[in-house]
Amino acid sequence: MISFQAVGKRYPGGFDALKNITFSIERGEMVFIAGHSGAGKSTLLKLVAAIERPTSGSILVRDQNLGRMKRSAVPYLRRNFGLVFQDHKLLFNRTVFENVFLPLQIGAFDPREAGSRVRAALDKVGLLGREHAYPVELSGGEQQRLCIARAIVNRPAILIADEPTGNLDAEYSGIIMDMFKSFNQVGVTLLVSTHDEAMLRKLRPRVITLHQGELAP
Amino acid sequence: MMAWLSINFHALAATLRKLAGSPLSSFFSICVIGIALSLPTGIFVLLQNIESLSRNFTGSPQISLFLSKDASSAEVSEIEKRLKDNPGVDHFRFVPKEEALGEFRKDAEFSDVLASLSQNPLPDAFVVFARQNSAKNLDSMHQEMLKWPKVAHAQLDSNWARKLDSFLKLGHVATSILAVLLGFALVFITFNTIRLQILTQKDEIEVAKLIGATNTFIRRPFLYLGALQGLAGGIAAWGIIAAGLHFMNGAIQELAQLYSTRFVLANLGLKESLLLFFLSACLGWLGAWLSVSRHLWQLDSGSQ
Repeated sequence: MISFQAVGKRYPGGFDALKNITFSIERGEMVFIAGHSGAGKSTLLKLVAAIERPTSGSILVRDQNLGRMKRSAVPYLRRNFGLVFQDHKLLFNRTVFENVFLPLQIGAFDPREAGSRVRAALDKVGLLGREHAYPVELSGGEQQRLCIARAIVNRPAILIADEPTGNLDAEYSGIIMDMFKSFNQVGVTLLVSTHDEAMLRKLRPRVITLHQGELAP
Repeated sequence: MMAWLSINFHALAATLRKLAGSPLSSFFSICVIGIALSLPTGIFVLLQNIESLSRNFTGSPQISLFLSKDASSAEVSEIEKRLKDNPGVDHFRFVPKEEALGEFRKDAEFSDVLASLSQNPLPDAFVVFARQNSAKNLDSMHQEMLKWPKVAHAQLDSNWARKLDSFLKLGHVATSILAVLLGFALVFITFNTIRLQILTQKDEIEVAKLIGATNTFIRRPFLYLGALQGLAGGIAAWGIIAAGLHFMNGAIQELAQLYSTRFVLANLGLKESLLLFFLSACLGWLGAWLSVSRHLWQLDSGSQ
């Protein structure tokens, strides 16, 4: 599903965020990227989602080489992903419903079915009653769940989450991890970055650990 | 098809909401565009009016040949023969001096003067209509006929009309230059208003791109906004011109009455009006396209 072959990413200025990374992830796997902040976790996820491009090596996602991909093809690749951002990236001038509706609008989804898809996604994250609220009225944990609802409304093959429990207390983190586990059980490939050791001990998933831009043994 | 319609409908609805959401600034942008467009369009309308006015006066150009008063009837038929043989002549009319005198007698103002004269002061004349109305052709015919025997004077009636024509031509060139310049202005105005609109929606554009929106999708609402703004500006320009003509016609009515004629300035015809609206919408669209494309280009090159 996802495979990295000797991937490196050097930012302008000469800083090597990732060096010689090789791994592969099969369909339906749940993989956590662990490491301290600054270890290159976010960069790795950005490379998978084609938000950044590698400076060396090759990345294959669903048999497409991201380094050689035309810029005009990137949007269609991204529609295979559900992205959960650390800073949520919600639109504060739109309601909860409209935020979740956005990916369907972009994917030219049949408008007659879109409403029920949005409500189904909101139901899964427990926000069904808040459709007409604005993000600013939601708590931090609810905002994170809204971001997850937006990521899954398209029924993506791959869910990518950058520090989804970063700013949340243990109870909320638990709720969100349970959600991720249930998505994985219905076949969604999961790629999650975290520095939450307790979470890793509890879930015991496959873990890729980064240390200063390199794979830790 | 349903999805495509839905996307475009949503984009259009969002655009109208944006326009209505900031009515004052939308109004000002539209006014600026309207004023900019009304200038060349207004001059164009005035030129068209002058043109139609001059067309009423001239008719087809003609050359009047006045013969010497001592020309014999044989000499008159000689000139008649030359006119018949000349390939440049379409048709001509002979006006004998008696007929010319009769014409003048019908006019009350002249009849008194003519009655006081002992003999007919008018010469025989030919009125010649040329086959081709080009200035060059008329000039050469005019020069040639002046040299004919017993032709005392040849008058080319189209002289002043040709001067007016070249003035109008100059006016049209000047208007075209003005139109092109102000067309650029319209593009720049739209570019700027759309840029401001993009800045307020920077986050939306970023998020939309991250979750798989194509550049076409992101551009669409802004293109609608630019085109609608341009169209509204075109309509405003039309309104400004219509109002201007209305007031000018009031003043012209008084003037025309003094000269006991009737003359009304006409506005743009249906075809020209539609062309104005279409062009202003296109220019607005272009300004918006440049603005969004620049922003998207910056986003794309920033993410490498």
